[in-house]
Amino acid sequence: MSAQDEAASDPKARRPLSPHLQVYRPQLTSALSIFHRITGIALAVGTLLLVWWLVAAAAGPEAYAAASGFIGSWLGLFLLLGWSAALFYHLANGIRHLVWDAGYGFELPTVYASGWAVVIVTGALTLLAWIVGLVAW
Amino acid sequence: MASNLRSPLARVRGLGSAKDGTGHWWAQRLTALALIPLTLWFVAGVLGHVGADYAEVRAWIGHPVTAGLFLLLIGATFYHAALGVQVVIEDYVHNEWAKLASLLTVKAALLILGLAAALAVLSILFD
Repeated sequence: MSAQDEAASDPKARRPLSPHLQVYRPQLTSALSIFHRITGIALAVGTLLLVWWLVAAAAGPEAYAAASGFIGSWLGLFLLLGWSAALFYHLANGIRHLVWDAGYGFELPTVYASGWAVVIVTGALTLLAWIVGLVAW
Repeated sequence: MASNLRSPLARVRGLGSAKDGTGHWWAQRLTALALIPLTLWFVAGVLGHVGADYAEVRAWIGHPVTAGLFLLLIGATFYHAALGVQVVIEDYVHNEWAKLASLLTVKAALLILGLAAALAVLSILFD
C-alpha cells in the first residue's frame, strides 16, 4: 500500500476539503451547482407520484380516483408545484451542463449569464405551465 | 506503473481506476440528452389532459405512440436517476458498508419503480 493510499483510508487523516464551506462565500455558481443535485434527488423521489399515477391508471377507476384525488388536493398541488419547478430547473441547468460538457461557455461572464438564464427560464416555464394547467382545470 | 505501457487516456477509456471507464459519464449524458424532448413531451401531454376523466387518460396512455414514448421516458428517467443518485451517494457516504448498502437499496428501488411504471403502461396498451 502506498503512502497515498494509507492517507486516503485513514479516517483520522482530516485533510481540508475544497470548497471549505465554513469560509466559502455563497455565490450564484455554487448555489446553482448544489441546487442541481438537490433537484435531482427531489425528482428521483418525485417519480413515486408518477409511478403511483400510472399504476393507478392501469389498476382501475377506484385506484385512479384515489391517485388523481390526492394530486388535486392541496398537498398534492403543493408537491406538484415543487416537483414542476425542480423539473424545469434540472432541465434548464442540465442543458447548461451539456453545453459545458461539449466544451463551451466556460468564460466567467458567460457562466453567470447562463446561470441567470437558468433562473429566469425556470421561473417562466413553471409560471407558464401552471397558468396553462389552471386555465384547463 | 512503469511496467504498464498504456497511456493514462487509454486506461480511462478502458477499465480505469473506476473499473468502468467513461461508460457511466457517457450514459448519464446520453440519457440527459434523450430526456430533453421526452420531458417536454410529457409535460405538454399532462397539461393537455388536465381535467380529463379516467377513460380519456387511459385512451391517451394506451395509444401506441404515447405508450412508446412513455416507455422511452420511463427507461431514460430511471436509468438517469440511478446514475445520478449513485454519484451523490459516492460523494457523501464514505463508510464502505453504508455506501454499498445505500447504493444497492436505491438502485433496487429505482429498478422496481421503473418496472412498475413500464408494466402499467404495457397493461394499458394491451388492454
